[in-house]
Amino acid sequence: MFKKTGIAALGLALMASATYAADIKIGYVTTLTTPAAVLGNDMKDAVNLALEHLGGKMAGKTVEVIFEDDGFKPEIGKQKTDKLVQQDDVPIVAGYIWSNVLLASAKSVLDAGKFLISSNAGPSQIAGKLCNKNFFSTSWQNDQTPMAMGEVLNQQGVKSLYLLGPNYAAGKNMMTGVQRTFKGEIKGKDLTKWPSQLDFSAELAKAKASGAEAIFVFYPGKAGGAFIKQYQQAGLKGVMDLYTVFTVDAISLPKLQAGKLEGVLGSRLTQQWDPTLDNAANKKFVADFRTKYKRYPSFYAAQAYDTINLIASGVEAVGGDMTKTDDLRAAMEKADYASVRGKYTYGKNHFPVQNFYLREVVADADGNWTTKVVKTVYENHVDPYVGECPLAQ
Amino acid sequence: MSTLFLIQFLNGLQLGVLLFLLAAGLTLVFGIMDFVNLAHGSLYMVGAFFCATLTFWTGSFVWAALLAIPLTALVGLVLEIGVIRHLYQRDHLDHVLATFGFILIADTLVHLIWGPEGIAIPLPGYLRGQVEVLPGIIFPTFRLVIIGSGLLVAFGLYWLIGRTRLGMLIRAGASNRTMVSALGIDIKTLFTAVFALGAVLAGLAGMLIAPITEATIGMGNDIIITAFVVIIVGGIGSMKGAFIGALLIGLIDTLGRSFLDDILKLFIPINAAETAGPAISSMLIYLIMAAVLAFRPQGLFPPKVR
Amino acid sequence: MSDTASAQLNDHLRVPDFFGSSTGRVVTLVFMAVLLLVPVAAHFLGIRLQLVSLDFITRILCLAIAAVSLNLILGFGGMISFGHAAFIGIGAYCVGIPAYHGYGSAWLHFPLAVVASAAFALITGAISLRTRGVYFIMITMAFAQMGYYFFLSLEEYGGDDGLTIYSRSVFGIIDIEDKMVLFLLTYACLVAAIYSVYRIVNSRFGMVVRGCNSNEARMKALGYNTYAYKLTAYVIAGGMCGLAGALLGNFTTFISPDMMSWSRSGELMFMVILGGTGSLFGPVFGAVTFVFIEELLSSFTTYWALPFGILLILSVLFIKGGLNGLIQRGWKRD
Repeated sequence: MFKKTGIAALGLALMASATYAADIKIGYVTTLTTPAAVLGNDMKDAVNLALEHLGGKMAGKTVEVIFEDDGFKPEIGKQKTDKLVQQDDVPIVAGYIWSNVLLASAKSVLDAGKFLISSNAGPSQIAGKLCNKNFFSTSWQNDQTPMAMGEVLNQQGVKSLYLLGPNYAAGKNMMTGVQRTFKGEIKGKDLTKWPSQLDFSAELAKAKASGAEAIFVFYPGKAGGAFIKQYQQAGLKGVMDLYTVFTVDAISLPKLQAGKLEGVLGSRLTQQWDPTLDNAANKKFVADFRTKYKRYPSFYAAQAYDTINLIASGVEAVGGDMTKTDDLRAAMEKADYASVRGKYTYGKNHFPVQNFYLREVVADADGNWTTKVVKTVYENHVDPYVGECPLAQ
Repeated sequence: MSTLFLIQFLNGLQLGVLLFLLAAGLTLVFGIMDFVNLAHGSLYMVGAFFCATLTFWTGSFVWAALLAIPLTALVGLVLEIGVIRHLYQRDHLDHVLATFGFILIADTLVHLIWGPEGIAIPLPGYLRGQVEVLPGIIFPTFRLVIIGSGLLVAFGLYWLIGRTRLGMLIRAGASNRTMVSALGIDIKTLFTAVFALGAVLAGLAGMLIAPITEATIGMGNDIIITAFVVIIVGGIGSMKGAFIGALLIGLIDTLGRSFLDDILKLFIPINAAETAGPAISSMLIYLIMAAVLAFRPQGLFPPKVR
Repeated sequence: MSDTASAQLNDHLRVPDFFGSSTGRVVTLVFMAVLLLVPVAAHFLGIRLQLVSLDFITRILCLAIAAVSLNLILGFGGMISFGHAAFIGIGAYCVGIPAYHGYGSAWLHFPLAVVASAAFALITGAISLRTRGVYFIMITMAFAQMGYYFFLSLEEYGGDDGLTIYSRSVFGIIDIEDKMVLFLLTYACLVAAIYSVYRIVNSRFGMVVRGCNSNEARMKALGYNTYAYKLTAYVIAGGMCGLAGALLGNFTTFISPDMMSWSRSGELMFMVILGGTGSLFGPVFGAVTFVFIEELLSSFTTYWALPFGILLILSVLFIKGGLNGLIQRGWKRD
């Protein structure tokens, strides 16, 4: 019996490997299991929408994106990246929501001389000492968004702040970021176990007892929704104002709305993109995304959409010849494509030099909760690590 | 400082009570059927998801919780009759492995049925606010409700086990299983009932925490390990041990998270303390467990007859 | 003691032949040869297929060594350790931390990994072995969790984010940056591990440890200090698993506390049971089957954990003696 099973298994294995032969293959690592899969699926949908807009082709050649699931763990993410690099032999690996997954995987891709494009994660190491000519980001460096928030806090006249975030690479960067620009007093800081801790009772009590005027929070994914609820349940609204980065997004808002957590309406966040940004590419992206998937795209989706278009701009420039890596790189460095955030340029560490906006949570004309742009906080902002990057411009 | 301590004490109590609900079921199943159920946390998750869906159907959290309880019991029944029953005769190793497989199945089924994103449960207005417990001590109403319900369940279990016929059988079963069945008691039905009771307690814990955190995939996988620590510290099979162990672990965990980094700052650089603090406070409960077992290998309150 | 019980005892104490029955010999040899030759052939033929790639098989071999070491205490010694992944983690960090500080020599990394893991086993084993039954299962898990949180708290070495190893251990004579060399080294270590277990369980020491598994009271009555024997076995297994960790760290070039989480320990236990406890090659069959099925299912569907979980439960319920048992019996159910 087991012999037969074994043979059947082998047959299946061979079938699995007989991948459909596209001209250009792109690896895409994101989270497709665990609760964080909701972010990964949003990115996957955006990637598929981008391919649809491109007609499934770049420079006249067929394109296939191979999605791999990082299981929300650096170790698995690296394993899947290795598989994409070694077995599938893709010229470009993209995706990566989590900074720790990206840090674990970067070496595998870059040592093999392939391109690595981050759709979200922007750990300080990759922007600074470990920067690489074959790495590109279509998001931001982790410190930038909270830096913009620090600026906003100064403008609002906030004098003291309590910091709260998860204990992993991005969490630490976010805390550093806000402290770079915030001029008031930091009353205290807590880093919580990531990603398992979802009950923040002890930390909220500490924050309140610290007497800080406001609280700055970074909790991506499901932890964000949980935090907002507990903030409201603890009765802190009006006692300690809430300022967040990457905590409230198009994925958590419908859930918060279903949970009747009105407290989040009017709360403010900073970001490099918003669904209401006024440019043709963004309008098309948001409209088509909403038609196709019946919901607002999140910033994860917007960045994933940009990732595919950035790659397409490079592939077009080399006429689909992926062996011309120098030309491909030079083309992508120009960021010559219609980004949904509007025009931006690349610094020498290949992180975008771009605008950051203050956004506010509002209800749209149909009553759905979404965000709108209040004002521009930074124009063409450069990340703070670019100086540590040894690459020449 | 003292205000903060009192609030953290209440927070710790709330966590402890929640752990007790989980640990009570574990220790019952463990003490009576000698069955190690790693998948107990999956029942906690299932309870939360039932309650979430029913809240949206009925429009009321309270009704949803009341309806979700028999549903969770039903899941427990089906599980026991379908699979668990066939494992009682096996050794602990097989229990651990089979229920490990169950966790995988349960998490994936929930992903298939409810999607990956998890569900936020809206609370009725009167549970959303805060109460001033003592002057200056403001505490979320719903967390007080958790503490209250947990203590109520603890009292109910005390009554059930100490004063009813079912309780007598449970106590007898825990001391000497063969004797109970020799007396003509249908041991199979007893086991099924106990397993379902455990499932209800776990499900109830899930329902109570879900309005705070959300019902999410894998929510039981971390807390179940803590619940195991509780029953090991308390002594397997002892309800009193589970209660005291749960409160102890809940308080240590919360107070550790709250004050340890401040204490560490006295000895090591501030930055190191801020990041080491949470890790070391997570380690605390395992340290306690190892210490207890090193000196009392049967836990703090081992059941008397075995 | 009843007849069946004494028959069981005799069965336990029977010296395992290296390969078991004659069918077992053939199947085992073929299996081990396939495990060696297929990835090597695939590598030279340039077949890009994950399931036969050197990378994939090297990872399996590392886990197989860990499973073999767990089998020494679990299968032969009857000590159900639910914290074995801790040793993998410690072994891996013994490569990662020195490498981070610029000490790249394998002659430092590997001995350190073995000694550190053995030391951890000595300390935790000394406490854990005072308990028995479920308490032992849980206390070993508790110690592993402590190790997990300990490495989590080491901010300098990445904490939760883990640590990337920028160059593999330097042996001087061989270069394991070449994945073929690393594969062959790992394979050799696996064979050495199996052979050591064979020698250990057939030594006088091993007989006493196996005796403790069957009937500890009797061994005590015979005047053996069973605690010391069991502890020694526990320490040997810890050290051997530390070696597996050092290899795995070198292979993945990335280490994180996740390597020692409780679910990893559970997976190792599963490999041992699936393969067949108390058999020499069982854990290897178990590790290969486990990882192979996991990889295969996850390449088909995101929901791979569902069929995988069902398979796990079915294998617990229906495969007596694990895969090795099946092989030894010539594929018959009983």
